[in-house]
Amino acid sequence: MNNLLSIHTVRFFVLILLQVLLFNKINFLGYINPHVYILFIILFPVKNNRILFLFLSFLLGLCVDIFMDSGGINASAALVTAFIRPAVLKFSFGAVYEHQALKFNNIDFGQKLTYISILTFAHTLTYFLFEIFNVSKVIFVLQNTLFSSIFTIILCILITSIFSKKSK
Amino acid sequence: MQQIVNFILRNKSFLFFLLLLCVSVGLTIQSHSYHKSKFINSANSITGGVYNTSNSVSSYFGLKQENDKLHEENTRLRSLLFNQNIDAKTFIDSTSFKGRYTFTTAKIIKNSYSLQNNYLTINKGSRDSIKQDLGVISSKGIIGIIDNTNSKYATVISILNTTNKISGQLKKTNQFGTLSWNGKSSRLIQLTDIQKSAKLVKGDTIVTSGRSAIFPKGILVGTIEDFKLDVTKNFFEVNVLLFNDMTNLEHVSVIENKDKPLIDDLQKTNE
Repeated sequence: MNNLLSIHTVRFFVLILLQVLLFNKINFLGYINPHVYILFIILFPVKNNRILFLFLSFLLGLCVDIFMDSGGINASAALVTAFIRPAVLKFSFGAVYEHQALKFNNIDFGQKLTYISILTFAHTLTYFLFEIFNVSKVIFVLQNTLFSSIFTIILCILITSIFSKKSK
Repeated sequence: MQQIVNFILRNKSFLFFLLLLCVSVGLTIQSHSYHKSKFINSANSITGGVYNTSNSVSSYFGLKQENDKLHEENTRLRSLLFNQNIDAKTFIDSTSFKGRYTFTTAKIIKNSYSLQNNYLTINKGSRDSIKQDLGVISSKGIIGIIDNTNSKYATVISILNTTNKISGQLKKTNQFGTLSWNGKSSRLIQLTDIQKSAKLVKGDTIVTSGRSAIFPKGILVGTIEDFKLDVTKNFFEVNVLLFNDMTNLEHVSVIENKDKPLIDDLQKTNE
């Protein structure tokens, strides 16, 4: 249990620093940046205290916001992602999640892809809705969301694959 | 009463979600209005320290270009100096500053240009008498306006910020308008409210107008890229190509107008 706590604490800070110092400076094609810090939300233990989880996600987003001078954009996006996570878990893993036997290390690729894609898409959409904050620029929001989520999904899949401990 | 308590207990995570969402949306709305982002900004010792450390490494990558830029500016200033016969003293009398404007050098430790509201962070703060609403320029022209400060760091509202409004004018005539940004390209900003009678030519230089007491008159902004009449058909809307490459900034100067409190006072009494 102690081990689990320390892993997630370290992951929290490492992801913030990585996001701020590395991923926010990529600016692929001028404006596309991946939001890799949501890996914390994606990989948070399934059995959790709901309120604590929501609060931690909010805090994670807020920390990134303070670094980026962006008000509450990341905080709201991370919060929304954390809130819809149980529904997404149920949708992508079905029975495995119902039986509380879900381990992120040994799930098949298709399910993982669906799970990460939905969460990332929700996060990026909220992020750009709040960032651009202008109803007349809906096309711009959707365009940014599409490109940024593709980038984020690829990076998230890569990182989770590289750092997963296969127990087979 | 019992039912209300039960309702709250049953939906406590949803209600908590709503509460946090309200907080974050509030912060977001605040950040979209000028000079309001008081709490969430990177001018604090932790974020400033992190950016400072990372900048002390990454600044080596651009040393060559930065040197060239500074050398270019030195040459320009020297040619100005010798062509106008200004007495070039080798010392600075720091006890009495003549003139209205004082300059402080600073270094950008965090740059941002891909968002809608971009803020930069510089490594000077209130300790170096940096205050809100001072202008920030680089050797090639205008950068932005100081927003929040703490003792060692300050945030700058970049000109690439949709809430920013700076007064600008044509260099050759005195027709002035408002410089703002539509959030689309990091190379172009927009000059609006230029009278229809103005004679615009592609490539004309746009400078600051010195109306706001933040920037002196004649700080370079950019050149006219293209222009068209706006919806009212009375004013021009001009796309201005910036002299500065906003994606590659390092050394900047902060301008303080010594007369600004007096001007502000006067304007307040007029209102």
